[in-house]
Amino acid sequence: MFDVTAIRKDFPILSRKVNGRPLVYLDNAATSQKPKQVIDSIVDYYSNYNANIHRGVHALSQEATDAYEASRKKIQTHFSIAKPHEVIFTSGTTHGINIVAHGFSSLLSANDEIIVSQLEHHSNIVPWQMLCKATGAVLKVIPMNQEGGLDMDAYQELLCSKTKLVFVNHISNTLGTINPIEFMTQKAHQVGAAILIDGAQSCSHIRPDLVALDCDFYVTSAHKMCGPTGIGMLYGKEAWLEKLPPFQGGGEMIDQVTFEQTTYAGLPHKFEAGTPNVCGGIAFGAAIDYLNAIGFDAIAAHEATLLEYATKKLLAIDGLKIYGTTKEKTSVISFNIEGIHPYDIGTIVDKLGVAVRTGQHCTQPIMDFFNISGTVRASFAFYNTIQEIDIFVAAVEKAKMMLS
Amino acid sequence: MTIKAIQEELVEEFAMFDDWMQRYEYMIDLGKSLPLIEEQNKTDDRVIKGCQSKVWLDAELKGDKMVFSADSDAIITKGIIAILIRTFNNQTPTAILNSNTDFIDQIGLKEHLSATRANGLTSMIKKLKLYATAYQAKLNS
Repeated sequence: MFDVTAIRKDFPILSRKVNGRPLVYLDNAATSQKPKQVIDSIVDYYSNYNANIHRGVHALSQEATDAYEASRKKIQTHFSIAKPHEVIFTSGTTHGINIVAHGFSSLLSANDEIIVSQLEHHSNIVPWQMLCKATGAVLKVIPMNQEGGLDMDAYQELLCSKTKLVFVNHISNTLGTINPIEFMTQKAHQVGAAILIDGAQSCSHIRPDLVALDCDFYVTSAHKMCGPTGIGMLYGKEAWLEKLPPFQGGGEMIDQVTFEQTTYAGLPHKFEAGTPNVCGGIAFGAAIDYLNAIGFDAIAAHEATLLEYATKKLLAIDGLKIYGTTKEKTSVISFNIEGIHPYDIGTIVDKLGVAVRTGQHCTQPIMDFFNISGTVRASFAFYNTIQEIDIFVAAVEKAKMMLS
Repeated sequence: MTIKAIQEELVEEFAMFDDWMQRYEYMIDLGKSLPLIEEQNKTDDRVIKGCQSKVWLDAELKGDKMVFSADSDAIITKGIIAILIRTFNNQTPTAILNSNTDFIDQIGLKEHLSATRANGLTSMIKKLKLYATAYQAKLNS
């Protein structure tokens, strides 16, 4: 039984005050808050079995190694991945994307094509621009429509035998749009292209089945799903990971080293150079356990209620416009009020204890599309409540009154 | 009036208000008296860069005193820049460069000094002082 009051007690930060008022945290698309189960796993690791892993024969090293590798298995199970060594620990989504982009630099030639979507975060555009510059490949962009969805007809027209890689986010961080990744994966495979899905925004809302989805790569960050910052994962099909060259050189990723030649370790170590973020990896596993104990169906149902309620309440404010209105969307609302700068609204609602994001959300192409300088973005998590939305909407109304 | 005296005057004005909301409303009002930069001067080299709100700032020398004009698309930002310009307008470059901006804290706007405010006070003060440095060099040459 989903009990939001009980769940909130798991999150120490949710009981603090900001500017003298109870915190209403609605910046979950930027990062999620952490339950005590995850915080405890971090304290436990450093208090009881901190050690370097995969090397030591001593007890601590073995305990730490076991816990770290157990986390890899949890990730494997959670995302329905065929083999544990197809899970690569990374420092986060950006790191994962860069491993793939770097890997493709040796596989692409001039005039090959990479397709990205207009809904991408800057961190999802820049690595591909760099890759195109290095290889002579061409970057193609799937256009978006007024609702904030991707134009699937245009996507199919862009796909051709020259397409080598498609890159798309599962969910837009700015608009909350859920992209049709099953369809996009099928279509990419029909022309022989690989597809990389960015799950940074979806992992806290949707539990994907990556084997069924059949995508070639998937990346995400633990901190978006109640885990710590500085840890994430890259999934790649075994055949692809074998094919891509390592991204970084260092310890852990080698098999034999002489000054003449080095041979690389097998998967997953080939992509995990240096001492890993052991604690982060273990806490990532604790976060997955925590979310699954609540259940993704219950999470989705609660968030859908919050989204519907907040959308209705906000639209009752005169002059308020919501950006991102596709039928398939998650609990993210980007909006502006006519004649008022989003920065001003964000500043005032912060004084009222409400944390939202303002600005371009690292998605300048979306802002250019709507011809706006930014938006206010409220993003809800399963631990938010209807009462918090009432406080938030009242804060927006207050800001409007002060600013117009 | 010296910069210090104007700053003290501002601290006194803001001390009249009991809560943040009144202080913000007053700041928004001060923004309305901002000496506005000419539209044609809203060029890229006069922009204070950041991803939140846009701020343009211009300065010229009248005699040995500096005169500023500015604008922003956000009205709270406009209020902040108006406060700064009120303290620095009609002062010599040397006086501006020798001044500090500790009064900001006293008028209850400390949060705008945070590093996350990409368009916050820190970058505005930097740009104001950059103009002062340039005009000081010009006066000394």
